[in-house]
Amino acid sequence: MQQKKDRMNDEVGPIQFGSGNGFSLPVLGQDTPTTPESPDPIAAGSRDAASSEVLAFQKSVEGKSGKQYWRSIDEWAGTPEFEAYVKREYPSQVEVIVDPFSRRRFLQLMGASLALAGFSSCAYQPKEELLPYVRQPEEIVAGKPLYFATAMPMSGGAAPLLVRSNEGRPTKIEGNPEHPATLGGTDIFSQASILGLYDPERSQAVTYTGEIHSWSSFIGEIRVALGVEKSNGGQGLRILTEPVISPTLGKQIMDLLKLYPNATWYQYESAASDGAFQAAQEVFGEPVRPIYHFEKADRILSLDADFLASHPKNLRYIKDYTKKRNPEAGNTPNRLYAVETTATATGGNSDHRIPMKPSEVEMFARGVAAAIGVGAAAEVPEAFSLMIEEVAKDLKAHRGSSLVIAGDEQPAAVHALAYAMNGALGNAGSTVVFTKPLEVNPVAQLNGLRELVADMQQRKVTTLIILGGNPVYAAPADLNFAGALESVQLRIYHGLYNDETSSYCHWHVPEAHYLETWSDTRAYDGTISIVQPLIAPLYQGKSKHEVLAAIIDQSDHTSYEIVRAYWKSQGALNTEASWRQAVHDGFLKESALPAGGLTAKQTSGLLTNVTPQQQPASNTFEVNFRLDPTIHDGQFANNGWLQELPKTMTKLTWDNAAFFSPRDARNLRLENSMGSSGGDFEVDVVELELAGRKIKAPAWILPGQPDGVVTLHLGYGRTRAGHVGTATGFNANLIRNTGTPWNATGLIVRSTAERYVMAQTQTHHSMEGWNLVHETTFDEYREHPDYIHEEEPPTPRDLSLFPNWPYNGYAWGLAIDLNSCVGCSACTVACQSENNIPVVGKEQVMMSREMHWIRIDRYFTGSGDNPNGSVFQPVPCMHCENAPCEVVCPVGATVHSAEGTNDMVYNRCVGTRYCSNNCPYKVRRFNFLLFNDWTSASLKLLRNPEVTVRSRGIMEKCTYCIQRIQNAKIESEKENRLVRDGEIVTACQSACPADAITFGNINDPNSKVAKLKASKRNYSLLDDLNTRPRTTYLSVLRNPNPALKPTKTENA
Amino acid sequence: MAEREPMMAEKVVPPIMEPGYTFATVTDKISSIVLTHKTPRGWYIGFGISFALFMMFLYAVSVLFVRGIGVWGVNIPVGWGFAIVNFVWWIGIGHAGTLISAILLLLKQDWRTSINRFAEAMTLFAVACAGVYPLLHLGRPWLAYWLFPYPNTMSVWPQFRSPLIWDVFAVSTYAIVSLMFWFVGLIPDLATLRDRATGRVQKVIYGLLAMGWRGSAKHWSRYETMYLLLAGLATPLVVSVHTVVSFDFAISILPGWHTTIFPPYFVAGAIYSGFAMVMTLAIPIRKFYHLEGFITMRHLQNMSKVMLAMGLVVAYGYGMEIFMGLLYSGNPHEHFQTVNRITGPYGIFYAALILCNILTPQLMWMRRTRNSVWALFVISIIVNIGMWLERFVIVVSSLSRDFLPSSWGMYAGTRYDWMTFVGSIGLFLTLLFLFLRFLPTISIFEVRAMLPAAAIKEKH
Repeated sequence: MQQKKDRMNDEVGPIQFGSGNGFSLPVLGQDTPTTPESPDPIAAGSRDAASSEVLAFQKSVEGKSGKQYWRSIDEWAGTPEFEAYVKREYPSQVEVIVDPFSRRRFLQLMGASLALAGFSSCAYQPKEELLPYVRQPEEIVAGKPLYFATAMPMSGGAAPLLVRSNEGRPTKIEGNPEHPATLGGTDIFSQASILGLYDPERSQAVTYTGEIHSWSSFIGEIRVALGVEKSNGGQGLRILTEPVISPTLGKQIMDLLKLYPNATWYQYESAASDGAFQAAQEVFGEPVRPIYHFEKADRILSLDADFLASHPKNLRYIKDYTKKRNPEAGNTPNRLYAVETTATATGGNSDHRIPMKPSEVEMFARGVAAAIGVGAAAEVPEAFSLMIEEVAKDLKAHRGSSLVIAGDEQPAAVHALAYAMNGALGNAGSTVVFTKPLEVNPVAQLNGLRELVADMQQRKVTTLIILGGNPVYAAPADLNFAGALESVQLRIYHGLYNDETSSYCHWHVPEAHYLETWSDTRAYDGTISIVQPLIAPLYQGKSKHEVLAAIIDQSDHTSYEIVRAYWKSQGALNTEASWRQAVHDGFLKESALPAGGLTAKQTSGLLTNVTPQQQPASNTFEVNFRLDPTIHDGQFANNGWLQELPKTMTKLTWDNAAFFSPRDARNLRLENSMGSSGGDFEVDVVELELAGRKIKAPAWILPGQPDGVVTLHLGYGRTRAGHVGTATGFNANLIRNTGTPWNATGLIVRSTAERYVMAQTQTHHSMEGWNLVHETTFDEYREHPDYIHEEEPPTPRDLSLFPNWPYNGYAWGLAIDLNSCVGCSACTVACQSENNIPVVGKEQVMMSREMHWIRIDRYFTGSGDNPNGSVFQPVPCMHCENAPCEVVCPVGATVHSAEGTNDMVYNRCVGTRYCSNNCPYKVRRFNFLLFNDWTSASLKLLRNPEVTVRSRGIMEKCTYCIQRIQNAKIESEKENRLVRDGEIVTACQSACPADAITFGNINDPNSKVAKLKASKRNYSLLDDLNTRPRTTYLSVLRNPNPALKPTKTENA
Repeated sequence: MAEREPMMAEKVVPPIMEPGYTFATVTDKISSIVLTHKTPRGWYIGFGISFALFMMFLYAVSVLFVRGIGVWGVNIPVGWGFAIVNFVWWIGIGHAGTLISAILLLLKQDWRTSINRFAEAMTLFAVACAGVYPLLHLGRPWLAYWLFPYPNTMSVWPQFRSPLIWDVFAVSTYAIVSLMFWFVGLIPDLATLRDRATGRVQKVIYGLLAMGWRGSAKHWSRYETMYLLLAGLATPLVVSVHTVVSFDFAISILPGWHTTIFPPYFVAGAIYSGFAMVMTLAIPIRKFYHLEGFITMRHLQNMSKVMLAMGLVVAYGYGMEIFMGLLYSGNPHEHFQTVNRITGPYGIFYAALILCNILTPQLMWMRRTRNSVWALFVISIIVNIGMWLERFVIVVSSLSRDFLPSSWGMYAGTRYDWMTFVGSIGLFLTLLFLFLRFLPTISIFEVRAMLPAAAIKEKH
């Protein structure tokens, strides 16, 4: 480790990690329970013994009548059983996770749940030692954070990031504003990945059948095994990875395949979009992929593409799409027709939401294509004929500036039709360009996986190396991947967690988090990013590069050396200066994949041959599988922030559900009944049967869900995710088939007598006729720009007998453009990270005690069963000038600052909760229990040192990131100037990919926020209460096709 | 006879005291309850149950202190729940005692004498029960003293604009005045007990408490002046305490809370529930200790008339709320809240409170009901339940659905909420049983003054 550190410092030079101090983590090292270098003798027990030990312990707890409470980790840990259990195996080895009781218990370790609430004393003082620097490292000033550029690898495109480092520990993810793929926005996954870094349940040691081994013994053993393989060219060797984007990793795998010419490399992930791959092969003859330019698109047809969902690959799309609709920016607004098979953010933000069954998408696409003049004439359902006609007319009227985008989940035919339509509309080269794929070696993933399973079943595979992913969990059920895996002689799994797959493998090598290792990756447009570590591996994690190096006999090479060596061999980064520049910037300039001058073949069979539709049996449903909006394919299942983040459309937390349309639910007599605790909903459980496989799932009634379609989200139902993620939701992979991975017909739904309780953060979806979100059309706005204030004149400011308080210096304010907000919730996670906001757990969300300082209210518009769309309203503290909370606090714990912010004095708060009662916006959050984890060592490293970690019994709320305001003021005072506009960026604002949030000084008429507030679209929420919020909103504008019935102007 | 009874009943007003008592028998009868060496078995049973409930209260409170306010059902948006409901309910119950002892004294309502002592005791105990809730409901109860204006090194005062601070003053003043009034009223009787006690311990304790009372004319003269002054002090408190309590709601901006009708409506409700509680307690006590001679049907009838009147005031309050919300204010949020209160998720509670507080007490218009001890007992309990429901509806229905539908949420008490509530009834009954056993339940000297033989004495 020391050797590696030194090397890093030598090589990196100007990147400035601080001379190794950034990597030394004495606190954590002491707390790591077992290390391979000093294996605890007791730890050698088998996993079975460990789990029986735990079961015994659980029994001892369960045997006692009633619910058992414990006040501290020490008390809990005081039982001899538990001590033995800790010594034996770190919790990651253990199968307690199937028990929801113990999972709940572990939430506390994650800073996530209620039972740590036992610390009744407010005077909890952690014991700390202060170690001064003997030699002050360069650039490290205690208390001053440093920022380093890196990128979070993700399939579909990496998230380029700037990561804040406080005294050597990464604490906050920010977007990289210079990166062309995002222009500074971030997504929920990268925001929450910082919690993943410090997850105490990540794998911590190399294990062989559950026993801890050292890295060197792994290398030794694997060399023996591979020596055997080498003798026949690796005929029995298989490698299974997730789709590889990293060029270095691709090169390493190619090197491996050279050493073992008969070995085979497969790639698979749940998100595999084989339809797009196949269509590209068919239409272009090579696996190209489209890049869309929404900034040039005036008319957009989305064929079930959720391109506004939170994902790194969508960040630029969100920015371009919303900017085009910003009337202040002077653009002509675009118009989005969104075909969708379940309610999504894209449909919610569209001008025309066109819900339909998955099987109808192709017909619809053929209809539009035929009207444009592509493909054969198609029969279209009567219900869509007007829509198809108008959409086609509208697209044709905008040749070269229209855009047809097909969803990843769509079959090849729809992709091919989209490519062909874009070609026919002259969009290719303007709004759509085609580039080479991101992946080093794109493949049809499910075909490959099928082949691999067949080989395994035929015992052709002797050694299987699984790099990343979690195929045992994520493979479609018809493959029986786990069963086939057991016939492989040597199974090696490299992954972040000790999960479902590791339990089926002999060797498990813990993976280093991306913030712990060097690597490289590409953003959605192909721009190269060097992944730079912010911290040395907290546990014994190894990067994929190191594992592969070990396999190809280069085990002494570090990740840094491997990545650097690869890029030395490439033209662009062969000099030290260019390498340093790329690492410093976080990306290699001008490295986006070039747009090829490709044209789609207009003669593909996909365009003319209508995919035969199986006539599904009556009374069956269509089903579509989707990636979960917050925990994705399950890889973030153990991330409390993402588990508790309300899903974009349903506002559910901690669970997935089978979505039914209101009408289907009535027919099936399914009910969602609101509970009595605040956020709990009791729902019916249904049994779903697809192709003979059955699962049980809670049925959720979702307005906007097309009739006859059941939507299931992947990623839940993990059995070995960790204490946070295990046994949340149900596993939809269990009825997923390789033939129809995304959309299938013939789903049989049976009701059961069971009921299930779900946790939802927003239980009402209509605005009760109150104008909480103002919405109109662009046309009406142009005609009556001041329509909001004509309808509702603003409350005069001179109602009081007292003169208004003069704000002479700064007057901070926030403007939120609801027309830009797509509801992605990145702001919520960013705020949680910046402000040390705890996770409370499902039970507490059910009691309506979630702690998010900024929430996204989602209201459906239009009629109840089938809304036209939805609006998203981020609600942070309003920082009212006449704040109702301030007058009712008996101890003056919430007070007004001279700059107009409403501040919480945590130390003064006694917890009457009167302020929250009197807050009309209900933005205040109360620590009903000790929600914050005060004890877990790794989570201490996570915290932002500039924000108080709140204890039990006090109120908290959005502060406008007061710590950032103060930092900027200190800087400006040092330079004897005023704070510049844009110098203070709140965490939510910085995370927002759509630039919907603007913060600044409203006393400065030239500031961006003041200009926004001067817009006619600007309004205060609940203005008639005369609270004078400093947070104001800009109204939503839609651009419906006048030829189609305008239905979007009024709120339900 | 049976036919003529209604006619007779209209004419014949039951006496304040059954005939046949003398100075000595009054003293004997009342003091014997306290001075007897044989504690009745019924007392043990009643006290045992009450004390067990009180222990449950202590358990629930211990859990609360150890784990935090989250063991209750309160949430965001419903930041106040059972604690505030119970606080208002108990404070309201206390009001009848003060009203009976102070206002009726000043109004020279002689009939009050046989019920004022335990009504005052009830006030004290109810205030004690009420007083714990504001403390318990704090997120950090160990810092409750920050609500008092005391000089401190932080140089921080409470925030005097907050109604919660007004509450602190109102309730603490009320508790102190009620205690003084009650204790001063006890002094002559304590002296009686001192003189009649046989045991050494009793003599010493009652002797200390009697503060050297000798019953001299000077004592009596000063005593009566003092008592009147205290009654004068206590009188405004009857109105002020619940007015201030109602400000906790009325000062806020919440629809359904922000109404000017709250102070009078709360005071009426308080007296209503207080009389109901006096009735609930008086009926079993007079039966158990055979005090029908002192607490006669006259008392029960008078109290039922007060309840009827107060019930109508409360009904007027409900009516005005609906009128304001639906017809007069024109405020969409008020309008919504009024409808929501009646038809929303807590509509069943509203219907129950109308049944308990408005419909059922109308039976008391009938003389036959007022003459039936059982009917009065049942009605008084129903009114007590109804008044608790009223506070629940006020606190919870407004909070659960306010301005932004996105933040609406339901509320339900957890088992710790219920244990604390039922346990505080245990605390109340425990104190009451101790009072019944160790102090004269009925004012001996005042009842003696009611005897015909005392008629020559000039009344104050």
